[in-house]
Amino acid sequence: MLAKRIIPCLDIKDGRTVKGVNFENIRDAGDPVELGALYAKTGADELVFLDITATNEKRKTLSELVSRISQHINIPFTVGGGISSVEDVQVLLQHGADKISVNTAAYKNPQLIADLSKEFGSQCVVLAIDTKQEADGQWYVYLNGGRVKTDTLCMDWAKRAVELGAGEILLTSMNHDGTKQGFALDITATLSETLSVPVIASGGGGTMQHFTDVFTKGKADAALAASIFHFKEIAIPELKEYLAGQGVRVRK
Amino acid sequence: MKLVIIKYNAGNIQSVRYALERIGVAAEVTDNHEEIAAADKVIFPGVGEASTAMQYLRERKLDVLIAGLKQPVLGICLGMQLMCKHSEENNTDCLNIFDEEVKLFLPKKGDGLKVPQIGWNTIRALQTPLFESVPENSYCYFVHGYYAATGEHTIATTDYVQPYSSALHRDNFYGVQFHPEKSAEAGEKILANFLKI
Repeated sequence: MLAKRIIPCLDIKDGRTVKGVNFENIRDAGDPVELGALYAKTGADELVFLDITATNEKRKTLSELVSRISQHINIPFTVGGGISSVEDVQVLLQHGADKISVNTAAYKNPQLIADLSKEFGSQCVVLAIDTKQEADGQWYVYLNGGRVKTDTLCMDWAKRAVELGAGEILLTSMNHDGTKQGFALDITATLSETLSVPVIASGGGGTMQHFTDVFTKGKADAALAASIFHFKEIAIPELKEYLAGQGVRVRK
Repeated sequence: MKLVIIKYNAGNIQSVRYALERIGVAAEVTDNHEEIAAADKVIFPGVGEASTAMQYLRERKLDVLIAGLKQPVLGICLGMQLMCKHSEENNTDCLNIFDEEVKLFLPKKGDGLKVPQIGWNTIRALQTPLFESVPENSYCYFVHGYYAATGEHTIATTDYVQPYSSALHRDNFYGVQFHPEKSAEAGEKILANFLKI
């Protein structure tokens, strides 16, 4: 049986990990390769590297970094952040990335998803959606890292993206992100039960129970988190023991 | 030992090369017929779509070359599927090394299974030296929408929608549906085993 996946997310700027990390047993907490390798060793199922570098020039640093990650890490990884063309993706895949995630650029130019899935296969195209539940109770798509609201419903965009060839959806609830109060179970379950592709839930994971909930009630195929792993509030081996004890199938 | 990875239009070849480097073996990535024929071991990787990949191989006569190889050959993911007889993916005739049909996963409504299968699943009923010292029910990383059914060439079985072949073997040819280069310690063991065959 297929296992539910636990995915730590690392934010990268100019080739270094940003947002704090708190690990004593690695030499340099800023080195994403070292941190990623540590997660891989302790049972992470995949990694996401989110590049928040602004300038194109510094993008070269990213492809060099991707190459180093691929050399040293023996589990799959996704690279995201500012990807807007087939050429961008070509470079990252050639350097060893397994998947790429697209967000704002794909919303503004949906043909990008079709082009990428045709060129590289839908298995490597992850559509990231930042979504927020408004006072009307509906979930809307936000762009530019959550700064720009659209009038598009999350479900409508996700369905369209899957039709265009997206192979997975990485769903971040802005209402829950950073709160540690639990994942957005309703919208995650709605998407997962409607779409034919896997859904990765992101935002709000604070306790081990939250992960059980997102896999059982939220029907997520994978769960992503950042700071709770970076600050060792939850260790992946313990989390997996816990989930297995709760009847959730995980790789141990 | 001379190890080659067949270069063609299906990625991700670099990951396979790096994985081999991690277990201490340098591999050459080439589409040169003489170099492939002269290698001690050949790896036939692949991520992508069957008809495009087969067309590319035929144009370069790599299809005939691969099917005629006598040294140990390991097909990975799409590589394994292309070693089968035929694929439903765009109705593609393949290399016919394994007498198997590659079919699309068709989950029943309501069972919650997604296509493609993406993630870690277990391998069981392991046979041949390829899986020496690999524990039954080890987790490996899979990404695929099409599968080969179980049959006489099956040397590993995985369950998704139904039991299917997660590895195939005939003579000098081996194929794995999962990605050993992305399957942590189990994958590294399987690659190391292949290099010892």
